[in-house]
Amino acid sequence: MSVMVDIRSVHKSFGSLQVLKGIDLQVRSGQVTVVLGPSGSGKSTLLRTINHLEKVDRGAIHVDGTLVGYRRSGDRLRELPEREVLKQRTRIGFVFQNFHLFPHLTVLENIVEAPVSVQKRPRAEAEAAARRLLERVGLADKADAYPRRLSGGQQQRVAIARALALEPRLLLFDEPTSALDPELVGEVLDVIKDLARQGTTMIVVTHEIGFAREVADTVVFMDDGRIVEQGPPSEVLDRPRHERTRAFLSKVL
Amino acid sequence: MSIGTAVTEAPAPPEPEPAEEALRILPQRRLGQWTAAAVVLVLLALALTSVVRNKAFQWDVVADYFTSASVLRGLWLTLWLTAVVMALGFALGTLLAVFRLSGNPVLRAVSWGYVWLFRSIPILVQLLLWFNIGALYPRILGVRTVDLFGPVTVAIVGLTLHEAAYAAEVVRGGILSVDRGQIEAAQALGLSRLRRWRRIVLPQAMRSIVPPAGNMLIGTLKGTSIVSVIAVQDLLYSAQLIYHQTYQVIPLLMVATIWYTVVTSVLGVAQYSVEKHYARGSERTR
Repeated sequence: MSVMVDIRSVHKSFGSLQVLKGIDLQVRSGQVTVVLGPSGSGKSTLLRTINHLEKVDRGAIHVDGTLVGYRRSGDRLRELPEREVLKQRTRIGFVFQNFHLFPHLTVLENIVEAPVSVQKRPRAEAEAAARRLLERVGLADKADAYPRRLSGGQQQRVAIARALALEPRLLLFDEPTSALDPELVGEVLDVIKDLARQGTTMIVVTHEIGFAREVADTVVFMDDGRIVEQGPPSEVLDRPRHERTRAFLSKVL
Repeated sequence: MSIGTAVTEAPAPPEPEPAEEALRILPQRRLGQWTAAAVVLVLLALALTSVVRNKAFQWDVVADYFTSASVLRGLWLTLWLTAVVMALGFALGTLLAVFRLSGNPVLRAVSWGYVWLFRSIPILVQLLLWFNIGALYPRILGVRTVDLFGPVTVAIVGLTLHEAAYAAEVVRGGILSVDRGQIEAAQALGLSRLRRWRRIVLPQAMRSIVPPAGNMLIGTLKGTSIVSVIAVQDLLYSAQLIYHQTYQVIPLLMVATIWYTVVTSVLGVAQYSVEKHYARGSERTR
């Protein structure tokens, strides 16, 4: 299986605070990687560097064989002009903790915005595709609703459909269920599980251990800007080798 | 009969008091409210009768001049001057707001400096300065400054520069009211910078921009009356020209007053529908 995401020695600081202290991680095509870790461990920042929402201080990230956000110029990496970064991002779907749907646009308009304005797809075609996506996330009847009329779980499912509309090679989820009422978590996880079964490559930052156990091919445990350990859920979740992993799991389980 | 007497003589068993939960509920007595309303209504009626009875208002003169050609010409100038100043002022103000929020420290400083300067100079002083700009620069690009800067041009330039300083702050406030996550989501979807502004940020910013902008529009409409000092024939100056000849000062000021209130009311209605448009998708209509 080919490598979809290749992260090598990524460092990142906010001022004097070192958030990522040298991250190396490979994700194969069609695999689901779940990133666990206490808050402040750098997992969200890592996810955001993968589509260049966050610049890196050192290190390189390849997605589908392409260096993200930079190009090699002699012995340096030069940040790409925004236009090219934007083009790269259309291959990488991102789902936010707080959904960030556009509140002044209907559900359908939210989904077709990028396909029409970025990929120049004909509107009718994009709308037909959007309706198919809505059906897939179980919201076919909400196409003309405004986001604020929907529950949190429904909004997050629309956000997933919006990310899928660009037909990305990779999907990134940043704590997709953390802003939801407990009874709404299941419907969102079901959609993500369904995507996993269809072989979508995904990296999911989450606190849902049950979801990790059920869906993840690889579980990555991060603490203090480093990857502490990684492996199949049966190892990392059931027989953690590191004390810090054990301590974290004993608190969340 | 004996039964009847028996009934009146025997003490009737007391009606059982109904339980509290069965009683009818009445609102508080609001005597103070009623008194206040009555007092205010009486005062209002007194004021109205005095306005109607006072012959010095000369309502017949008001009616004569209300739709006279020169008043209507003045009204027209006030209207288009307001429109031009608002349009140019907000265009420049939006540019200044974008400068102020940009990552470029030079643009930020320039924008800050502009707003500081033009909010500091009273509009009257500014108009007089522009009116006398020829003293500083007798010729601009080979043209005599006096020809270039007629009173109407001075009015447009002065009012626009003044307006832009305030518009910049209104627009900046509107942009800052948009959740940062909205921009990130648009970036993550690959939307271009221009598209992000036009499609995502500005429509949402408009919700906070429209109410103060409506305020500014009405302020500008009335504020244009200041151009009468440089002899631009707006609504007020047209009225003044007439009363300088006829000495009917109060009725002509009434003509101007009524026209200003009429236009302001129309603008208020327009603002309401614009606000409704930009409230799309939100539960609350503020």
